[in-house]
Amino acid sequence: MTHSRTFRILRALGLLAFGAFFFVPLLALLDFSTQVPGDAPGRTWDAWTYMVTDERLRSAIVASLLLAVLTVTGMVVLLVPTMIWVRLRVPRLNRLVEFLCLLPLTIPALVIVVGITNVYSWVYYLLGGSPLTLTFAYVVLVLPYSYRAIDSALAAIDVTTLAEAARSLGAGWFTVITRIVVPNIWGGVLSAAFISVALVLGEYVFSSLLHFDTLPVAMAAIYKSYAQASMAAALASMTLVAVLLLGLTFLGRRRERKGMA
Amino acid sequence: MGGAGRLLPLVPFLLFVGVFLLVPTVTVALGAFQDADGAFTLDNLGALDDYAALRALRGSLVLSATTAVLGAVLGALLAWLIVSAGPDSLLKRMTMAISGVLAQFGGVILAFAWIATIGIQGVVTLALQHLTGFNLYGNGWLFSIPGLVVVYTYFQVPLMVIVFAPALEGLRVQWREAAVNLGASTWQYWRLVAVPLLTPAFLGSMLLLFANAFAAYATAAVLVSQGQPIVPLLIRQAITSEVLLGGANVGFALALEMIVVVALVMAAYSLLLRRTSRWMK
Repeated sequence: MTHSRTFRILRALGLLAFGAFFFVPLLALLDFSTQVPGDAPGRTWDAWTYMVTDERLRSAIVASLLLAVLTVTGMVVLLVPTMIWVRLRVPRLNRLVEFLCLLPLTIPALVIVVGITNVYSWVYYLLGGSPLTLTFAYVVLVLPYSYRAIDSALAAIDVTTLAEAARSLGAGWFTVITRIVVPNIWGGVLSAAFISVALVLGEYVFSSLLHFDTLPVAMAAIYKSYAQASMAAALASMTLVAVLLLGLTFLGRRRERKGMA
Repeated sequence: MGGAGRLLPLVPFLLFVGVFLLVPTVTVALGAFQDADGAFTLDNLGALDDYAALRALRGSLVLSATTAVLGAVLGALLAWLIVSAGPDSLLKRMTMAISGVLAQFGGVILAFAWIATIGIQGVVTLALQHLTGFNLYGNGWLFSIPGLVVVYTYFQVPLMVIVFAPALEGLRVQWREAAVNLGASTWQYWRLVAVPLLTPAFLGSMLLLFANAFAAYATAAVLVSQGQPIVPLLIRQAITSEVLLGGANVGFALALEMIVVVALVMAAYSLLLRRTSRWMK
């Protein structure tokens, strides 16, 4: 398509305005996190090293990373076999599983927190009060996004034929799922894992209201005493999430190209 | 394998979703109609009618509607700018990828980013003060609803780009050529062909943005320290303060109010989505 010169100039100006709106706050975060506390001039990376040296922040980071790993594990173990099984053996329940998985989009996380107190008092009773118990809530939180990623991967392959071929060669259902179907939907599972990690690292609703020290909660807590450190932690986790999600898009593009070839 | 055996592998999933998603939801729905002792009452719903609850509901509706309209208009504009560069252009691909990141980028981080920008010591605040003497920080508007409008728009615009760009791209070149061949001007093509086709997608996306803002909690929780100008913050107060008698049950009623609003909006959204999918491949 060809456009007039005026249009291209206007488009460049428009994009510049959008770019400023989206990137100035990120640059401000970087600027703020390297300021010397008080009004002293100069730059310092003290706030960045604080992430490692401060006991509370460090253990919060560890908790958040562990939660990310556990949530991905829980999501994969719970969702992948269920979705494959439903497609292969009980297709009439496909709509029900989809409905349940997408339900958290309609029920705000805050509402689930409000109603989950009783469930969690049982969880604490059975498993103790570790921050890692948040895994259960987080698996629910990532369900819709993970479902979509895995669903589109499953839709792209002929699960039934693959499974029938394997079954006729004597494979059991466990083998069919783990060694035949899963390797073929690996890209979708990986996408689901990436987006889950991104969501868990930024999650604040559950962790703050159930009083667990995850990274976002610790950031909000130290903000009053050492703003630069919270800003540094915020930018660091933002960067990690951005790398994950951008990696996801490029992964998707590569798969798309391979699919077309 | 018999019918029951087929269902057996689904038990873990159904049990998990039942315990951690359905039980909490039902707890809220029932708790809204119970008093502290579990007896049936309509008092909690009555509490939705008092001054603080109505003010919070109005605040939430105003905030969600404003950011939905702002996000939809600006997002559609940005989507149009990048789609006009061609479906495979680097500009379009990069903007879509970055939008995917920024739409997820809510919560605590976003609140901090805006404090660092237009807070009392913010980069832009200080620069403006230095250059023009204008005090952008003012009376601290960043920490009330006007501030939330600016901050929420930051994740609403990218979300709009993600959901609306496919509809824009779905407009086929042939339709435009057909219109031009029949003697339509560019203006007529947009007014009579493109805009009517895009309207359901646009309105649907706007509803999605509305629900997105209405349900958001973290950013506001960090940013707003005084008062409860929106429903999610009033819920926080109801469930964390022990001063309020029967506070938990009023919290349930407020949470139920949230479910009802979001569910209505999402239902309208899926209706409009179905209309769009009629002509999009």
